Amino acid sequence: MATLNNYLLVSGLLFAIGLAGVVLRRNIIVVFMCLELMLSAANLTLVAFSRFHPVHGLPDYNGQILVFFVITVAAAEVAVGLAIIVALYRARQTIHTDELDSMKG
Amino acid sequence: MPTFLFWLFSTVMLIGGGAVIVFRNPVASALSVVTCFVGLAGLFVGLSAFFVGVIQILVYAGAVMVLFLFIIMLLNLKEEAKRAMPIAPILAGLGLVIAFVVQLLAILSRTADTTLPAIDKATLARSSGELVEAGTIGASGKIATALNAGSLPDVHLIGRSLFTDYNLPLQILGVILLVATVGCVVLSKKSSPSD
Repeated sequence: MATLNNYLLVSGLLFAIGLAGVVLRRNIIVVFMCLELMLSAANLTLVAFSRFHPVHGLPDYNGQILVFFVITVAAAEVAVGLAIIVALYRARQTIHTDELDSMKG
Repeated sequence: MPTFLFWLFSTVMLIGGGAVIVFRNPVASALSVVTCFVGLAGLFVGLSAFFVGVIQILVYAGAVMVLFLFIIMLLNLKEEAKRAMPIAPILAGLGLVIAFVVQLLAILSRTADTTLPAIDKATLARSSGELVEAGTIGASGKIATALNAGSLPDVHLIGRSLFTDYNLPLQILGVILLVATVGCVVLSKKSSPSD
């Protein structure tokens, strides 16, 4: 049977992949997708802790409800973020982060 | 969940995640994210979080990723041209990630491990008794019946908590979704030259 540390390792690796994507990729949509990967890695940690620390013999549902809230807020965030990306593309005709440097000091 | 299924779903998830940053075509990246989320939903189901697994597929792999694909195709992005990237940011980024993984391994090798607590017919019947005694659920309600029959009424339990203990956050969440909807409309409206 997989133990808690196995789940934590896998979710940490997924988080590291997401972090690598955010730092290394220059396409703003791919960066956004990697952010979603990092949120999902946190969700996996929450669900693993909820299952491995039962309350009254059942998984701790407080953790799973937090996951539910994270997923809902992430959906709203994606909708607003993509609208911002579309507006940005209309204004600049690029979504390459190296070319979006007007706020650079 | 049998160990081999855990490793199968983890491998699907991690390969999908890795493919997101390897592919240069954004559409291929988006489809890799879907693969990653399907593996993740498998892990959720293996952790007896059936409701979370289902909404992971429906909301994330379904709605959110379709929205991503829709925007990628709307913007008509070409495959990224190979361009010379400065070496310093790449090294810094990789160093950051490697430092994170090393820290993770160091911490996990020192912490005590927990094995999976069993959830079976006997423990479910016992938790049904405990919950009825604590007054959280009714003795003849749907949750108690399902628990006594030896199945885990995942959705009922989450729904019960969501509409009792977490009622106010749920209402606030509704307002957030409304604000996001209005925000999207405002952001994507073309400003007419008259105003």
